[in-house]
Amino acid sequence: MPQAVITVKDLVKHYTEIKAVNGISFEVFENEIFGLLGPNGAGKTTTLEIIETLREKSSGEVMVYGLNVEKDNNEIKKIIGVQLQAAGYYPALTLSELLVLFSGLYNVKVDTHEMLKLVGLEDRSKSKYKELSGGQKQRFSICTTLINKPKIVFLDEPTTGLDPQARRNLWELIKQIRAQGTTVVITTHYMDEAENLCDRVAIIEKGKIIALDTPDKLIDDLVEKGFERKKKVKDANLEDVFLSLTGQEWRDE
Amino acid sequence: MSDEKKYSQWRAMFAITRASLRSITRSPSAVVFTLAFPLIFIVVFGFMGGGRFSVDVAVREGCNKANPIYMALQGIDVIRLDTAEGSDKLNADLEKGRIDASLLIKDNGVDAMPRYSVFIETTSASPERGNIFKSVLNNIFYTLNEALMTDVPAMAELKETQVSVRQYKTIDFILPGQLGFSLLSTGVFGTAFVFLSLRQTLVIKRFFATPIKRQFIVIGEALSRLIFALIGALIIILIGHFAFGFTLIYGVTTVLNMLVLSALGLIVFMGFGFVVSGIAKNENAVPPIANIITLPQFLLSGTFFPITAFPEWLQPICKVLPLTYLNDAMRKVAFEGMNLVGVSHQILVVGIWGAVIYMLAFKFFKWE
Repeated sequence: MPQAVITVKDLVKHYTEIKAVNGISFEVFENEIFGLLGPNGAGKTTTLEIIETLREKSSGEVMVYGLNVEKDNNEIKKIIGVQLQAAGYYPALTLSELLVLFSGLYNVKVDTHEMLKLVGLEDRSKSKYKELSGGQKQRFSICTTLINKPKIVFLDEPTTGLDPQARRNLWELIKQIRAQGTTVVITTHYMDEAENLCDRVAIIEKGKIIALDTPDKLIDDLVEKGFERKKKVKDANLEDVFLSLTGQEWRDE
Repeated sequence: MSDEKKYSQWRAMFAITRASLRSITRSPSAVVFTLAFPLIFIVVFGFMGGGRFSVDVAVREGCNKANPIYMALQGIDVIRLDTAEGSDKLNADLEKGRIDASLLIKDNGVDAMPRYSVFIETTSASPERGNIFKSVLNNIFYTLNEALMTDVPAMAELKETQVSVRQYKTIDFILPGQLGFSLLSTGVFGTAFVFLSLRQTLVIKRFFATPIKRQFIVIGEALSRLIFALIGALIIILIGHFAFGFTLIYGVTTVLNMLVLSALGLIVFMGFGFVVSGIAKNENAVPPIANIITLPQFLLSGTFFPITAFPEWLQPICKVLPLTYLNDAMRKVAFEGMNLVGVSHQILVVGIWGAVIYMLAFKFFKWE
């Protein structure tokens, strides 16, 4: 039995008029890539931000490495890396200056060049965040989450708005992070992404988990029920065509 | 977490201060508010008055200059004799008040009585300066006449003594006012915008995801603005001193006292900024609210002219505003050589403002 590093039990979050999260429970195991899937407004980000100790829960229990999100929020912050769906950085500072800032915020010393190399941005150290392309922005954002060598990294829709090449680059980066022993929790609405990356996924709808298993198992279950695709799938799809025509390499203008 | 050193909030805070300071020095608006505006005002006012009071007298063509009256006039600081103007332009200038008076001295001949006739014209545009000119001339006549009639016993004698004081130059009034206003606008606008934009650009949200505590984020940001504004204040004082002769009675000590006052003023004004950023819903709402706070103080706090120049019904308002007291304290320290204890009344009033405004700031400040 793998060790659970995050335990969420009966988590509820009310806003004044809506129940964003309505009693969900799940566990995340050490060193897996765990996906939270669901349409916009399903409660993915809220759930994530409660685990990250950025938002208070209404009720339920959330533990991260045995630490309680309410009491030990600062201890939790030290061992996790958080990539927010939308985050900003001082616009006037360069990437390496921003990394120095974050290393101070985490009380660690880092080699900024090595950090940037990790995400393939070593030649952009003098650039400002706003000068980066979409994919580069996300890679830099992930870079800032790795500074404190976190045990768990949270990625909230990291590939939204990226072109196919940039998405695939990011997948490689995420797999690389996991290969170093880090647990990854990711939200997305791209099912191909979940299928490619995640060991297990939870599908959330209207604040509740409606399915939780490995992608393979979920697909097999559906097929067993007699599901058939309306259109027979060809051996390649349009995305494959696009990628074979435009190339797979990192293309960050 | 076993071999981990204890996490230092201060180290994290200084990281923010450093990053924020870098960010400010690269932001044109901060540099303009803090340095350029006050310096422009100082330069303009510094040149406008020539730094001192004077009566401009144009000397008409044909004026006799080889006489004791003219020579005496040349020796008087307040009178500036201008011999370059042609009579057409001179008349026009006199009418418009560009010059204060004209002068023509005629030699009536060695035997004539009186020996010299002095013709002056003054202008209603600046009657008080004309009067000064007349009294200066009367003084000269009196001295000269007396020298001629040594045998006549004097009915009365005017003994004029002048107490020697430091010359109070325009810059001595203008610079503290501009410094105070610079601190006010940096404090209010800078703080209001920075927290609003940190919120809006989600920079602060990313900080929240790190182990730094919220109050240290605020202190770190505030500290960087304080450092930046004090560097700005020092530059203003030094340029004022070396380029325009701003009086610093006890040199470095006076500068340090002024910087302490600047820091105090800035901390209070930043409190206004926190309140503004709490009230304002978005960036567009900042300037109107911030202007409501800064503009009246800009006009009424003795920034450009002493508050005694205002009508009496307005003066009670002037005497409430914190900038009035900061400006007053600055001038007393710089020109009169008072120490901080000497201006404790002013410091107290500014401090009370600080206490009140920070209570409001804690009430209104929003994190998200």
